[in-house]
Amino acid sequence: MNRDSNGYTFGFAAAMVIVVASVLAFTASSLKDLQQDNVRKEKMQNILATIGIETDRDGAEKLFNQYITAQLALRNDGSVDAEVSAFSDINLAIEIKKNPTDQRFPLYIANVSDNDFYIIPLRGSGLWDAIWGYVALDSDKNTIKGAVFDHKAETAGLGAEITQDWFMNRFVGEKVFDNTGNLVGIAVSKTNNDPKDLDKNDHEVDAISGATITGDGVSDMILERLSHYLPYFNKTTQTIAFNE
Amino acid sequence: MSAKKSKKPIFLFLAKEREPLFSKKNRALLKDPLDDNNPITVQVLGICSALAITVQLKPAVVMTLSVIAVMAASNVIVSLLRNLIPNRIRIIVQLVVVASMVILVDQVLRAYAYDVSKQLSIFVGLIITNCIVMGRLEAFALGNGVWRSFLDGVGNALGYGMMLILVAFFRELFGSGKLYGYQVIPEALYEMGYVNNGFMLLSPMALITVGLIIWFQRARNRKLIEKN
Repeated sequence: MNRDSNGYTFGFAAAMVIVVASVLAFTASSLKDLQQDNVRKEKMQNILATIGIETDRDGAEKLFNQYITAQLALRNDGSVDAEVSAFSDINLAIEIKKNPTDQRFPLYIANVSDNDFYIIPLRGSGLWDAIWGYVALDSDKNTIKGAVFDHKAETAGLGAEITQDWFMNRFVGEKVFDNTGNLVGIAVSKTNNDPKDLDKNDHEVDAISGATITGDGVSDMILERLSHYLPYFNKTTQTIAFNE
Repeated sequence: MSAKKSKKPIFLFLAKEREPLFSKKNRALLKDPLDDNNPITVQVLGICSALAITVQLKPAVVMTLSVIAVMAASNVIVSLLRNLIPNRIRIIVQLVVVASMVILVDQVLRAYAYDVSKQLSIFVGLIITNCIVMGRLEAFALGNGVWRSFLDGVGNALGYGMMLILVAFFRELFGSGKLYGYQVIPEALYEMGYVNNGFMLLSPMALITVGLIIWFQRARNRKLIEKN
C-alpha cells in the first residue's frame, strides 16, 4: 500500500482518532467513581483538618459524620436553603461566578468536646489559577481555629507553599473582626514586622517571599468569602465577641 | 551426535540472528544520554521544564519518574507503528501518542494513587510539551526497533532527570536550606547571620545553574571539547 497517498493518510488519521478517543473515554468513565470518591474524601479530610482533627483519607468519612453536626446552605440574607445540600450540591468553582443573590454559601458546623466551630469553604484566585481552602472559626465566630489551603497551579516552592503547615498554622488565633466589630479578614502582609506571628491581634500573617500575588489572593479570598456570612452570623448571635 | 546437533542450532540461532539484549551498542543507548549526549546540557532540549520544576527536589523526582514512564511507553508505541505511520502526519501522530499516554497515566493515578496525582497535576502539560519526548520519537523511534527504542527512551529520560535532580538539589539547598523538604542547614547557622538566597528560587537561577553544569561537564569530558 502506498503510505503517502491521501487516502491512506486520511484513513490512518481517522482510525487513530477513533482508537484513541475510545480508549481514553473508556478509561475515564470506568475510573470516574473511584476518582470522585477520592475527591469527596479529601474534601472531608480538609474540613476536619481545620478543626485540628488529622486523619487519613480512608478514615475521613467516619470522623466527618461524627463531628460535623450541621451542613447548611445559606442564602445571601443569612437564611438557610433547606433544599440544597451544602456538601454535595454546591460547587464553589461555579458558585462564585454567580451573582451573590443567587449564590448559596456552604457552612459546616462541627462540635468537638462541646465547642461549636464554624467551617467556611473558601475559593479565590492565585497567580496562575484557582486557590481554595477552608477556614474554621471558634465559637466566638471571630478567632480562627484553623485554616487549610490548596491550589491548582501555583509555582512550586513559591505560591505552592500556601499548602504547607507552617504557613497555614500562622492563621491560628488571628481574629477576623477588628475592635469596632468590622470584618477585616486576615491580610497576608509583607510589612507586618512580625515574622513569627506572635501578635494575634493585628489581623495579619507574614507573607511568603516571592509569592506576593498568591498571598494577596489568599487575603482577598478570606475577606470576600467571610463577608457573605455576616448576615447569618448577625442573625444567630446578638453580639459578636470583640477583641478583649 | 544427534543430541548435540539439536542443542547447537538454538544457540547458534541466538548468537547469530539476535544480538544480546544488553549488547555494547544497546548499552550505549542507555549510557550516552547520561553524559556525552545529555539532552539538557549537550543538546539543550527540555530547558523550559527544567526551569519550572527545579525549585524543590520532590517535584523534580516525580517529574523524572513520569517522564521515564511516558518516554519509554511512547517510544515503544511509535516504534511498533513506525511502518504504518504516514510520513506527512507523523508529527501529529507522535503528539497524539504522547498526549494520550500522559492522560492515561494521569487518569489511573487519580483513581489509585491520588496523592501522587496531586503532585503530578501541574506537570502533565509540561510532559506533553517536553521537546525531548517528541525529539526522541522523531529522531529515533521512527527508525529503530522496539527494544532499542525502549532503551533510548529510558536513557534519555534518565539523562534529563539526572540534570533536573542535580539542579533541584542546588536550588533547594541554597534557596530554602532544605533537601527533599527536610531542613538540612542547621538553625545555628541562621542565628549566626546566614540567609537563604531567595534568588535561587526564581527561574533565572536554574538557567545559571544549568550553565555552570555545562561548563563543568565540558571542562571534564574531552569528547565535548570543540575543535576549531
